[in-house]
This record gives sequence, C-alpha cells and structure tokens, in this order.
Amino acid sequence: MPREAMIDEWYPVGLFSQLDQTGRRTALMGEPIDVALGADGKAKVTDGNGRALPVTVRYGHVWSSLGEPGKDLFAIPEADQPGRRLVDVGVVRVRCSPLRAVENFLDIAHFPFVHTDILGAEPHTEVQNYKVEIREDEDEVWATQVQFYQPQAAKSASGGITTEYMYRVPAPTCSILYKTCPPRPGEWDVITLFVQPLAEDLCDVWPWMALYDDETPMTDLIHFQQMIFLQDRSILENQIPALLPLDPGMEIPTRADQTSVAYRRWLKRHNYTYGAQLVAQ
Amino acid sequence: MKLYDYILSPSCYTVRLMAALTGVKLDIRPVDFHPGLEHRGPELMALNPGGSIPILEDGDLILTESSAMLVYLAARAAPEWLGSGAPEQAARLQQWLLFSHRLTANLGGARLHDMLLRPGDIDLLRTQGIAALRELEAGLFEQSQRGMRFLASDRPTVADIACFPYVALAPDGGVSLDPYPAIRLWSRAIRSLDGFIEMPGIHRLHELKPDPQPETGEA
Repeated sequence: MPREAMIDEWYPVGLFSQLDQTGRRTALMGEPIDVALGADGKAKVTDGNGRALPVTVRYGHVWSSLGEPGKDLFAIPEADQPGRRLVDVGVVRVRCSPLRAVENFLDIAHFPFVHTDILGAEPHTEVQNYKVEIREDEDEVWATQVQFYQPQAAKSASGGITTEYMYRVPAPTCSILYKTCPPRPGEWDVITLFVQPLAEDLCDVWPWMALYDDETPMTDLIHFQQMIFLQDRSILENQIPALLPLDPGMEIPTRADQTSVAYRRWLKRHNYTYGAQLVAQ
Repeated sequence: MKLYDYILSPSCYTVRLMAALTGVKLDIRPVDFHPGLEHRGPELMALNPGGSIPILEDGDLILTESSAMLVYLAARAAPEWLGSGAPEQAARLQQWLLFSHRLTANLGGARLHDMLLRPGDIDLLRTQGIAALRELEAGLFEQSQRGMRFLASDRPTVADIACFPYVALAPDGGVSLDPYPAIRLWSRAIRSLDGFIEMPGIHRLHELKPDPQPETGEA
C-alpha cells in the first residue's frame, strides 16, 4: 500500500474561517471525510464510517490524519511573530500528484518561463548555485542561499530586485518558502503550500502566507498569490508521468533541480510514496 | 472607468483584454471572489443585484454584463471593433456575442467546478461545453472559407474577445482543445494582436525561434 508510511502525517483539510456546522465533504487519500464546526465551536473531522479523526487547527487551516500522528504539526515560529498579516489564500484543486504540486513549488528554474515578468524574466534565467541539505535532526529538506532576479517579487515590491529564498519541506505534502521581505529587510516573508492529497493524482492546494506588509489590501495579497499559483496549474495537470518518479530513468535531473533531487531522495528514504512512481516505466 | 475585478475570472479578463486592445485605462478594484465571496456581500449586491462580477462603473453608467462592457469600451475608444455594420456582419457579431454566454455557463461552469470546487453537474457541463466548441470550430471553418479569420469579419471584433477567454481556458475544466484546429489558429491570431495581455492559464505567444543557421567558428 503506497499510503502506509504517509498515513500518520497531518494534512490540511479546510480553512478554519470557512467552516460551518453543515460541514464540508472532502477526501483524504481516497477516503471520504467530513470537516465541520462542532456545536462547541471546535473543528471536527470524521471519516466515512463516522469515526472521529485527529484534529488540530494551525496556520488558518484545519489539519487531520487517517492514522495516528506521532508528533505535533511542524512548527513555523515566524507565523507567531507580531505584526505579520496572515493570508488565507483559499483552495485550488489540481489534477496532479500531491507530490508533484510540492516539487513544482520547490523549482526555481521555471520562474522566467511560467511567471514571466513577475517572478522571473528572460534573459535572467540562470539559477545560481545554492545549498541543499536533508537536515537529520529536524528530518526536513532545506535549500538555502537561493538567489534569483525578479521583476516583481511580491505585491509590496515596486521594481526588479534580486530576491533571496530559503525552501523547507517539513512534511511530505507541505512546503514553506522564506523570501526577502521588501518592506522589512532582515526579516523573511513566509509563503506556504499546504497540499491535501485527495487521491494519488488529485489534490486540493491551500496556499497560505504570513507577511510583513501593512500597505497592500488583503484582497490584492490573495489575488497575487492566486495568480502565481494558477499560472502553474495547467502545467502541473499536463506533467507526464502523472505520478512523481522516485527512481531515475524517466526524468533526468540537472544542477538547477537539486532541491527536487533532495526532496525525491527524502521521500524515498521514508517510503513516502503516495503519489509517487517507484519503478521507471 | 472602474472595473470590479477578479484576477482569475475569464469574464473580468475579457474586459481587461478589451481595454488593453483599445488603449483604455481601467481603474481596477479587486474583489475577493474566492475564498471571500465578496461579490455576494452587501456593497457589491447593492451595485449589482445579480451578484456577479465584473461590474464596470463609469460616472452614472453601471454595467453588469461583460458583453455590454466590451461594446461600451469599443464604442468609446475604437469603433472598428464593432464591425462595419453591414447586415450579415452585424448579425454574426450579435450571434457570437450572445453565444459567448453559453460558454460562460458550460465551459466556465466546468472550470469553476474543477478548480474552485463550485457545485455543478460536471458531466453535463463538459458535454455542453464540447457541443459549443464544435459549433465554434464549424463557424470559424466556414469563415475561413469566406476568406475571414475572425468570427464576424476579417478583423477581430468584440465577438471574438467575448468568446476567447472561456475557450482558451477550457482545459482548466477538463475539456481538451486538441480536436479543434480552427480554434487553435484563431486563438493564436488573437494572442498575436498588438496590446494583447495574459491571464493565469492563458499564456502569451513566445517568440518563434530564429531560423536555424549553420554555426560558424565553433566546432
């Protein structure tokens, strides 16, 4: 069963701010689930047989699991810093592997071609060398010292700047991006991609942000992130093979793909294969 | 001119695109359509009891139908987008302008269902969407037999701009454009217009690579 090793992980299943007592019918790794607000004001998640599933509410979202999570949801200490705007971007469904959605988020080389004139532009297409590691203590994938020229890095950026990035993968279907914060040098903006695996080739993606930006209206922040993610959606839906290959053969990585290589290696090490293809076909 | 706008809405994009093509500057007022459902809130319901966006406001004039907005922008800034007025052309222009509402309902409905989880009978929406695409394909082919590249004329009109976004975004709702060569050529012709702008899911035309030349000086 490909989902075995991933079954005890936490997954996002809804925006807490949008819950009501009627509930939201959705799915987690092929199982129908129901996410609702209980009479006590707390989020409740039940599976198809009415069994109550574990629940935690964090980073604007309700999180649940089909198994028994052995640890708390990963920490994002920056999310608790005072003065940040917390942005619920809302759900977007994508017909792709949940692991493909995360891998695309980690890729820098596609910025000039997919997010043209926003996150990248020709001829500034080179990905400078950066550092990638699997941190053993935290058991997370990290990419640091990533630099990229961006015409409009954020809603709060007024012109082209060289942006510095850090990427972090703390769970198989979640990634956190730390990015230069134009209005507050020295701090990092936090942009996350939380992915709810509905099936091995279907997912609901819940982007979320914690930004220092006192100027931009909330709706503009939401639209900026939705615009970026929707530029990726059609590409994600057309990737072949649909499942993320973990064995070399089908896709040949290059130097610009080092974060992707580390992510795939980390997935394979943990047997996180829900949404993955193991033997090259 | 103020446009109540949502970046991912094809109906809003059609107005932004028309404004760009005719050189009209819009004052954009973003609406939190998703996830906030702001278009159903009191401020926008007072402006448009129909509860839809886009809404275009210009002085006393408030428009809530995107086709009317296209006609208004063209009439103000670039009347050539309204066609010559010759009977057949005027009729075809109206025909496709009204036809575009079917695309909004079926292809647009399939896209909202698949992408933003809005309710709908997805199989029915796709079936109706495919029927509409076949009709458009036949219409464009017949125009090409008349020596015309666009829906109503040999130059683009508001009818082309009204139909283009929902057609171009059909794959977002699980409807492929692969079977329709006339639609793909038409889409390419629209994307190559001066002043064309993109929206997420509708990409600009990339420069064609230069013709291959034998390289000199390198072995």
